[in-house]
Amino acid sequence: MMFDLFIQGIQMLVVLLLAPLLTGLVRRVKARLLRRRGPSIIQPYRDLFRLMRKEAVLADNASWLFRIAPYWIFATTWVAASLVPTFATGLIFSWAADLIVIVALLGSARFFLALAGLDIGTSFGGLGSSREVMIASLAEPALIMVVFTVAMIAGSTQLSTVSTFMLSPEVGLRVSLGLALVALIIVAVAENSRLPVDNPSTHLEVTMIHEAMILEYSGRHLAVIEIASSLNLLLYVSLISSIFFPWGLADANAAPIDLLTGLVFYVFKLVLSGCLLATFETSIAKMRVFRVPQFIGTALMMALLAALLMFVTRSL
Amino acid sequence: MTPIYVLFGCLGILLALVPVSILLRRFSFVSRLVYVTSFIASTIILVAVFFQLLHQPIVATGLQLPLGIPWLGAHFRLDALSLFFLVVVNLGGAVTSLYGIGYGQHEKVPGRILPFFVAFLAAMNLVVLADDAFTFLLSWEFMSLMSWALVVSHHRQAGNVRAGYVYLLMAGFGTLSLLLAFGLMAGPNGDFGFASMRVQELSPGLAGVVLGLTLLGAGSKAGIVPLHVWLPLAHPAAPSHVSALMSGVMTKVAVYGFIRIVFDLLGSPEWWWSVVVLVIGGLTAVIGVLYALMQHDLKRLLAYHTVENIGIIFIGLGLALAFEANGVPALAALALTAALFHVLNHSLFKSLLFLGAGAVLTATGERDMERLGGLIHRMPVTAFAFLVGSVAISALPPLNGFVSEWLTFQAILASTELPQWSLRLLVPAVGALLALSAALAAACFVKAFGITFLGRARSSAASLASEVDRLSLSAMLILVLLCLLAGIFPGYVIDTIAPLTRLLVDGSMPLQSAERWMTIVPIKQSLSSYNGLLVMAFIITSASLSAFVIHRIASHKTRRSPAWDCGFPNTDTNTQYTAGSFAQPIRSVFGSTLFQVREEIHMPPQGSTLPARMTLQMRDFIWEKIYAPIEGVVAKTSKWLNQSQFLTIRKYLALVLASLVFMLTLVALLR
Repeated sequence: MMFDLFIQGIQMLVVLLLAPLLTGLVRRVKARLLRRRGPSIIQPYRDLFRLMRKEAVLADNASWLFRIAPYWIFATTWVAASLVPTFATGLIFSWAADLIVIVALLGSARFFLALAGLDIGTSFGGLGSSREVMIASLAEPALIMVVFTVAMIAGSTQLSTVSTFMLSPEVGLRVSLGLALVALIIVAVAENSRLPVDNPSTHLEVTMIHEAMILEYSGRHLAVIEIASSLNLLLYVSLISSIFFPWGLADANAAPIDLLTGLVFYVFKLVLSGCLLATFETSIAKMRVFRVPQFIGTALMMALLAALLMFVTRSL
Repeated sequence: MTPIYVLFGCLGILLALVPVSILLRRFSFVSRLVYVTSFIASTIILVAVFFQLLHQPIVATGLQLPLGIPWLGAHFRLDALSLFFLVVVNLGGAVTSLYGIGYGQHEKVPGRILPFFVAFLAAMNLVVLADDAFTFLLSWEFMSLMSWALVVSHHRQAGNVRAGYVYLLMAGFGTLSLLLAFGLMAGPNGDFGFASMRVQELSPGLAGVVLGLTLLGAGSKAGIVPLHVWLPLAHPAAPSHVSALMSGVMTKVAVYGFIRIVFDLLGSPEWWWSVVVLVIGGLTAVIGVLYALMQHDLKRLLAYHTVENIGIIFIGLGLALAFEANGVPALAALALTAALFHVLNHSLFKSLLFLGAGAVLTATGERDMERLGGLIHRMPVTAFAFLVGSVAISALPPLNGFVSEWLTFQAILASTELPQWSLRLLVPAVGALLALSAALAAACFVKAFGITFLGRARSSAASLASEVDRLSLSAMLILVLLCLLAGIFPGYVIDTIAPLTRLLVDGSMPLQSAERWMTIVPIKQSLSSYNGLLVMAFIITSASLSAFVIHRIASHKTRRSPAWDCGFPNTDTNTQYTAGSFAQPIRSVFGSTLFQVREEIHMPPQGSTLPARMTLQMRDFIWEKIYAPIEGVVAKTSKWLNQSQFLTIRKYLALVLASLVFMLTLVALLR
């Protein structure tokens, strides 16, 4: 029991500590690909500490919602990220929430983020919120359809069971899994405000979505939101790797050396996906906002097709 | 003393309040008297039926009163199904009465509302209690008429009379359909008791017709698409606590009617029934929420959301029918539990949201979101309650709305084993519609809460608002608490629903209260499980932990300053996003075909300082394609028949003669 709790605690700490590192890695690789030197890989940690040391400047008409929203967003994202298997499956609290709950927890974080964007009553905040909910209204059903597909293949919506099943040889190559993977990647790109949907490093306000919503945040509040969005990226990477590339995942009851191997595998997967994301982002241009629905709509249709295939025949 | 006598005692008190409130309408204390009494009566019924549901839900108690048709009498019966819906009805009744004590003080002519309010409450109770077709229809029509009177209570306000007229027409149409459905079920012997309908076996074709008529009758009251047109007109027109009752409770009574007829009286279902119900449910959910997104009247937005939630309930009911027809009672119980849980949930958060909208209306006199904003500063408690309701209705954990949607998703996932091909193709599509409507609902409530309560006040009424009275607030906070409890202890609710599923589909979900730490497990643990309590505890712990740590290690200095807004803050409140502009991206994605949205921007000539203008055109395709043609035919026919009012005496005599000859021929031919 104590050991199980310990492993769960390690998982929560691992996701929290690695999240800024992943963001830093992506930024660094992107810079190198653009033949810039780029900031150090641990720059996000420095940024966080710098933000935390500064005073928080609140707009005159900021309400209590504006002040508690960062913590709520952070907490829901952190809980969701710690429920996704990273280095081990079958953690002690893994039965408390299944994939649908994780999707809904992310929805809850987004709900409060969009509200925080509206709180001050500036036009940029409203712009960010209204575009964010439009994107979410397509991305979330796509994600649910991916969940459906995966759940039907594995016969469970529990992520631990899914990962264990995906490790077993009876999975094989399936059309529906391929479709679900592409759909999930598109959703991940959209939900993390990456190119081509949103530009995380933009300075042109009219084009931004995520940054527009958090424009009024500063100091510790901004730091908490930054950690939450790093965690969100890490969560999607863990989700994709635990469903589609579960190699190296240890069982929670395995020997410590296996768990350590699992951790090494996990870090390797993070580095690999960070590099892939950076390559993808540098090789593509940003879309116009009103092309985005088509982009995410593709994900929705692919995921729906995958789910339909599974309902029609279990072998595809 | 059995609960049914307690119940009728309290219903008697409610009905006795009708003449009291009419006689004493000139006195100012009457409003308080009526609401306090109806609060007490509803609470007593609530407690009585709740304990009966917990302890002896299986025992059905009947009662026959010598009312109605002489040889038939009026039959009443309490079984698990009616007990559950009585809980829903009286919970809503008690909370809205409590709210009404304060809210009713603002009413200028209480005599127009009080007698109908208590009669409406009593009528909804009677519908759920009725055990024969005659009593059922009589109570149903009584319920319709009382709510109609409440809809037109403020008849001088623009649009309310039309709302009442459309409602009356649709209610009449619905009752007519139900009358025909009961007529078919009663058979040639005309036995109108529910007991004999239960044993009667109808031929499959006839049963299908009854299903269609029930969908028309109960569905039009519940607000399924395309029979929902009256709902967004009528629900907002009534005073807000009545809107809460109509949206939160009366639509549930309609769902009760559907369940009673289709699951209880009609015998074993055919599999294709579920196709009809699922298609209707899925379309209702998505179309309802899309209409809701386009609204800028707060109460109308909420009314359209009722349509969406009814769709979700019907998806659950359709799945239950599919499983029952294929002989899988355990899964039928899962789907039915999801639907019934959503019935309870929706009655909680929709009442809460309408009460919140009522508080906004009291404080500002505005329902139009474009003239609200910033109310979170002036009305913090109402804002908190409305926020909780918004989170709950958007199906976000850890509140109750999520649990019932999660159960519905689990039922959808379990349906891969259904043998029928059409169902196998339909169910994932319905799942996608459900997911879409959940995501759009969240978008819609970001808009509803964000535009109304956040930002800066868009009118002087909004900037001068003040918090409403304590009783209204406590009514809302009770509902907030119930939303939270149902969200973190869903196992108890599911166990309470179990007798109903045993009664209706001969199966039930596994006992939930035996699970460790109140996890809910729809089928078995390895498939799926959810623990609302633990998720809630995790979120609260990590949120407070992070807040604590950050306040320890980070700077906790806070400074107030003007908004940053990229260096160009504009103090004009018109520069904020409005309800219309917030929905614009979604409107352009979903609305261009569905609503044929046309946006035209008229720029001023170059060099002119006049503002640019944008006009927005949207078409209500359901009204134009379905109702307008019917309206046209009716108008044309009545115009044609109208000629017969201006005939000469000879022509009238000829008409009389012709009809006499026609009748005699008919008699001669048929004999």
